[in-house]
Amino acid sequence: MRAGVFVCWCGLNIGGVVDVPKVIEEISSCPGVVRAVDYRYMCSDPGQQLIRDVIREARLDGVVIAACSPGMHESTFRAVAGSAGANPFRCEIANIREQCSWPHQDEPGEATRKAVELIRAAIEKVRGDEALLALSIPVTRRALVIGAGIAGMQAALDIADAGCEVVLVERLPFIGGHMAQLSETFPTLDCSQCILTPKTSEVGRHTRIKLLVNSEVEGVSGYVGNFTVKIRKRAAYVNWDICTGCGACTEKCPARVRSGFERGLATEPAISIAFPQAVPHKPVIRPDACRHFTRARCGVCEKVCPVGAIDFGQQDTLVEEKVGAIVVATGYELHPKAKVGEYGYGTYPDVIDGLEFERLNSASGPTQGAIRRPSDGKVPKEVVFIQCVGSRDQENGYPYCSKICCMYTAKHARLYKHKVPDGQPYVFYMDVRAGGKGYEEFVQHAMEKEGVLYLRGRVSRVFQDGDSLVVFGVDTLSGKKVEIRADMVVLATAIVPSSGAKELARLLKTSTDEYGFFSEAHPKLRPVESLTRGIYIAGCAQAPKDIPETVTQAGSAAAKVLALLSAQEISHSPIVAAVDEELCSGCGLCVEACAYEARTLDLRRRVAVVNDVLCEGCGACAVACPNGATRQKNMARGQVISMIDAMMG
Amino acid sequence: MLRYPYFPGCTLRAKAKGFDASALASARALGVELQELENWQCCGATFPLQADNSFPLVSPGRTLAAARKKGDKLITLCSACYNVLKRTNHVFRTHRDRRDKVNAFIEEEYTGDLEVMHFLEVLRDDVGFEALARKVRISLHDLAVAPYYGCLLLRPPKELRFDDAEAPRIMEDFLLALGCKVIDHPYKIECCGSYVALEAGDLATSASRLVVESARSRGARMIVTSCPLCQYNLDVAQRGTAGANGRGLPVIYFTQLLAMALELPEEVLYFHGHVIPPGPLLRSIEVRGSESIA
Amino acid sequence: MRLSRDAISSEDKRKLRDISGEQVQSCYQCGKCSAGCAMTGMMDLLPHQVIRLLQLGQVQEALASRTIWLCASCLACSTRCPRGVSLPSVMESLRVTFLRPGGRHLDPVSIPADVLENAPEQALVAGLRKYT
Repeated sequence: MRAGVFVCWCGLNIGGVVDVPKVIEEISSCPGVVRAVDYRYMCSDPGQQLIRDVIREARLDGVVIAACSPGMHESTFRAVAGSAGANPFRCEIANIREQCSWPHQDEPGEATRKAVELIRAAIEKVRGDEALLALSIPVTRRALVIGAGIAGMQAALDIADAGCEVVLVERLPFIGGHMAQLSETFPTLDCSQCILTPKTSEVGRHTRIKLLVNSEVEGVSGYVGNFTVKIRKRAAYVNWDICTGCGACTEKCPARVRSGFERGLATEPAISIAFPQAVPHKPVIRPDACRHFTRARCGVCEKVCPVGAIDFGQQDTLVEEKVGAIVVATGYELHPKAKVGEYGYGTYPDVIDGLEFERLNSASGPTQGAIRRPSDGKVPKEVVFIQCVGSRDQENGYPYCSKICCMYTAKHARLYKHKVPDGQPYVFYMDVRAGGKGYEEFVQHAMEKEGVLYLRGRVSRVFQDGDSLVVFGVDTLSGKKVEIRADMVVLATAIVPSSGAKELARLLKTSTDEYGFFSEAHPKLRPVESLTRGIYIAGCAQAPKDIPETVTQAGSAAAKVLALLSAQEISHSPIVAAVDEELCSGCGLCVEACAYEARTLDLRRRVAVVNDVLCEGCGACAVACPNGATRQKNMARGQVISMIDAMMG
Repeated sequence: MLRYPYFPGCTLRAKAKGFDASALASARALGVELQELENWQCCGATFPLQADNSFPLVSPGRTLAAARKKGDKLITLCSACYNVLKRTNHVFRTHRDRRDKVNAFIEEEYTGDLEVMHFLEVLRDDVGFEALARKVRISLHDLAVAPYYGCLLLRPPKELRFDDAEAPRIMEDFLLALGCKVIDHPYKIECCGSYVALEAGDLATSASRLVVESARSRGARMIVTSCPLCQYNLDVAQRGTAGANGRGLPVIYFTQLLAMALELPEEVLYFHGHVIPPGPLLRSIEVRGSESIA
Repeated sequence: MRLSRDAISSEDKRKLRDISGEQVQSCYQCGKCSAGCAMTGMMDLLPHQVIRLLQLGQVQEALASRTIWLCASCLACSTRCPRGVSLPSVMESLRVTFLRPGGRHLDPVSIPADVLENAPEQALVAGLRKYT
């Protein structure tokens, strides 16, 4: 071996603690090391050029970079080694910053000793490294988008417009998500439906978008560039291919059921189309409410349907799709208000949440846009809005800020004033968080021009007293307790991930945070990539965010998908498991140990095999193998032992 | 016959005799024997909120250790005793240092593996409210009763786990089993003023009046509680106001109502010393005799 | 009010933390405690304002407040506190700061005779433990 060792000072990060010249001196005498050099910033252009020059000049076939974590610059330095003619997989990193100079700042002598040991181990690793070649995988040039709210629709449209086919899966029978429920949007107060319907109809008619509504992802296998997805298309009990969406069935249906779209504020027929602008404009039957299913008689819809589209015998179907990339845009739900006992046992009908207020205010909603309270239809003259319900509440809810409530509460209060000019809106807030273009101005307008009274403090309790709701609050600015007899209370409840998010993350083999929001690969630099290659995140599936931010993130996820799909092939690390077939007994323990479905048994030859492109190189199978037949490339048993020996010195 | 160790506490042997006697007699009638601990001492009446001082845990700790030798449950009646003993038990379960300190002092090895229960829980879980309803001999079906929980049964919910702290149900279910008309009212979980009655009587009175008014305005004719101090505060708050114009609400212990419904002898009730005497109201109830129920 | 490093992190404040086991710095002053407090009628400071004074290191001012003696330890505040601060424990730490060196807030002789005679033992024991 002709190895070179390159020790980085990282300014004072390493050089201020570790005695670099002493390290160079000790390392120079290691067997196989032909050059040992140091430089102030090895990752800089001159630093990289230095490495290239030394590799060529000393004809190195192994490289050790003693610098920061491999997570930061392993790919940089391997590329440098490769460009100078060395094998990139015989370039190893000794992490003498995160694992040495930073934690041992107070003991420079020991840190220096440890740096030498870490470098010696890395030299032994290079000694045993095979000269591997990167694997390449072909790419399926299609994408799957899960969730057809504004995030999913935007991502799907951007990908499809760029020329790739998109499979768009939506759990509900219609697209548009929560945005379809909103009346107006901040900070411009334009009608949500008016800005949404151009998107929904474009999605509905786009030739490169395959829309699967009333459907859910049930299984995902494969890997970046080559996923196979199983999707269950639930029975609508209506043959949508021939249904014209005329609505005769919904008019005549005798059964009523609480409408989920109207947040339980209205009922709908058991066969219905959720709202007038729904895409697709086709009805579904709810078997839990339909009399044909619950009482085994009725069939009115079947009789009135002019085209014979009703199909009570329709079954769920399973669809399989092959895609190269996946965008998760599963959105959010609201923290159930029933969980906030002190604000009304979850039982007072006039204590509503933000989305319910949206429906009350919506022209297509249960009151045709008139602000009437749910209990008796009276126009409420005193309305209390409470922010941070369940959010910013680590003890009884969630510690995080739901981000959009300050803005939508200001919007609600203003819209209420527009509809009920003699009414008084009160807003209990802790801080007004209105960072965004035109946002602060929007809130100030509510206070200054529209008579919304802002009270700085939380509410302790809400209870029913006759016709009114008594609100016990506080105004911390005046230092007074506040009691308001309100006609209606609107809770800005915490935004939580939509149900099933954690289960979906498991199917996708990616991760969520403790609340169920999908984890991004890096909070600042890789905000739309998940921790699994080929899977991207958009919208509230990742964290609470408003419409502009959601649309931005969806576009960004689409760009990442397109970058992936535009390559003919993508490379995959060759550091994977390998099997010595002479030693393998075909016991199958490795198959059980593998979390990536990369290990299978060749039953004919009675040996275990590795699917290189599925293997993530985690090493679990090598550990599980009882007779040492499975090994991890460039992590061979003897190699690791000699690394340890080198450290023990 | 179910047998449980029982801690009466000081108030029940002095000014709240009716609470103790009615509970013991009712329990017996329902097949539960409450066996009083020997040599028990005062629990301290209020849970000490000092993290640096374990001394006030000595007395309740001694009670718990003694009870553990008699069984795996300890039954309490007074809300304050329940609160202090259950919270002390929680300290034994979760704070190793404080447990060791108290154990060293009282020369015990108690680990907190006792269940401190309230008698209402025994009625719900061991007797069962349905079975209780079948044993009722005088149905109180005309009596509009407002339950009052106060604080000590419910809070802190994470330690007591007694019932939903914002919307408790156990007293309501109990009253329904007795056949009462239950009056729900928002102040059932608000504080009556507690011991502040000693320092600022007017303040406790005004807090208690809100509770009484909340029950009365919704149609209640009586309030039941499980805390002697709540009983006292809610009762004396009506002195000179509601009591005078005959619109007062008697405030009694839930066990007194229970004993009445079970048609137990009047001696176990001890209705005296009330500002608003419950006698007239209870006598006015149209009773349905046991023969018609059987 | 003059603020300084010494005032904000004083020895008195550290003592209160040891006694109560609570971090007043966790409080973000939402006031939910005050909003639901049943005893504010005669308080000179609302409960959240007592906490605020402690955050600012104004221990003497908090000690002088009537509020700390009117807290009935009903725990409505701490049950609903979004920051997990046990205000009743903080109030207790202020009370015992006064009581431990021999302070007596309530003279038992001043308790009215009818209260002494009729109030349950529980009230007397609890009250005297809180006030003397």
